[in-house]
Amino acid sequence: MSEYLAVLIYAAFIIAFAVISLGVAALLRPTRSYAAKLQNYECGAEPIGEAWVQFPVGFYLVALVFLLFDVLAIFLFPWALVLRELGLAAFWTMALFLFILLLGWLYAYREGILEWK
Amino acid sequence: MMRDVLAAFVLLNVVVLIVTYLTYVERKFAARMQSRIGPYRVGRPHGWLQPIADAIKLLIKEDIVPALADRPVYNLAPIVFLLPSLLIFATIPFAPGLGLADLNIGILFFLAVSSLEIVGLFMGGWGSNNKYALLSAMRAVNQIISYEVPFVVTALIPVLLAGSLKLSTIVQAQEGLWFVAYPVIGQLAFVAFIVATIASENRVPFDILEAESELVAGFRVEYSGMKFALIQLAEYTHMFGVSCLGALLFLGGWLGPGLPGWAWFLLKALFIFLLVTWVRWSFVRIRVDQILGLSWKVLLPATLVLLMATGFWVALGGGHVA
Repeated sequence: MSEYLAVLIYAAFIIAFAVISLGVAALLRPTRSYAAKLQNYECGAEPIGEAWVQFPVGFYLVALVFLLFDVLAIFLFPWALVLRELGLAAFWTMALFLFILLLGWLYAYREGILEWK
Repeated sequence: MMRDVLAAFVLLNVVVLIVTYLTYVERKFAARMQSRIGPYRVGRPHGWLQPIADAIKLLIKEDIVPALADRPVYNLAPIVFLLPSLLIFATIPFAPGLGLADLNIGILFFLAVSSLEIVGLFMGGWGSNNKYALLSAMRAVNQIISYEVPFVVTALIPVLLAGSLKLSTIVQAQEGLWFVAYPVIGQLAFVAFIVATIASENRVPFDILEAESELVAGFRVEYSGMKFALIQLAEYTHMFGVSCLGALLFLGGWLGPGLPGWAWFLLKALFIFLLVTWVRWSFVRIRVDQILGLSWKVLLPATLVLLMATGFWVALGGGHVA
């Protein structure tokens, strides 16, 4: 576990680095703000309304398909590690699993989820 | 304990220094490709002090927070973005025994942490309350998760061949034959890896999320001063981290004659970095439907078929074990 302690210390250093550099910048930089400067950038025009608007449902569909295959990736890691010892039996098991996923992929393809609209 | 603290401190400084100069390398390289000279004035010869000058300039620039921004999210985003980008170096072995922590699950740690950068990116885009930034962040999430799966699958091919998740063992397994030279499997996997790398690093031709001509600067449009510097640093660090991973998985890491191990390793990582930069300055941007189509209809099935072919070969007793 001592290796993970080193990783943890490293992570603490990274956060310290980010916070300290932001802090130093806060001490050194000028602050001369006025209303026009604090406006959101919209190519010089007055911003119309908020940016937080509805967005296309297509993003959700991509995320759903991604979840499916990301879970597959989790199963692939231990499989890749022990495949050599387990031999062809493990290979065919994963092939069957992938075949079932392939059906799902084909369904998504036919439903047009993989097309960006 | 003291050794860990010292090693972590040294690693952080070395990585930040290398990445700072990587921006210089990219600018010089890009300039040469376009028949320009690039940075030249600051520091003779060849403007070698330019990255330092940039850092100082960004340090003393005014920090403008838009009045409408979601302040906590906006301020936290650069730190959240930087943390995973630098943390992936924790498990990278630069040479035999030269690395912070050679974890048993090295590559799993790398992939898991490196994909967390999307959180910081989306926080930046959302917190800015800017239409360009939000559009860019949406596109970024969409694209990065689309290429995550092909990226992971191609990274698993060397794991299959070497039979280990530990990065140093994967390198040792390439003694005599780097995986990029492994007949058929190696070359196809390397090409797929490079494509997935370019896409998940949002480089041209997959740079719709910061397309200058439509989205100004993408999700970082409202950032200035040191926060902008941290975001840029994080992007380049992540790019360099993935280049390092490519060097470890396919180009044999520290293996090579003559030079010391870490020099070979850095040269190979630099090679992948320059390969990506070369593509960046040679191609035009492709559309969002083309990007998603390439991932879900071509790259995903192709890499899975390649993985199963490699798996069949390994199950029959092929591959290289250290």
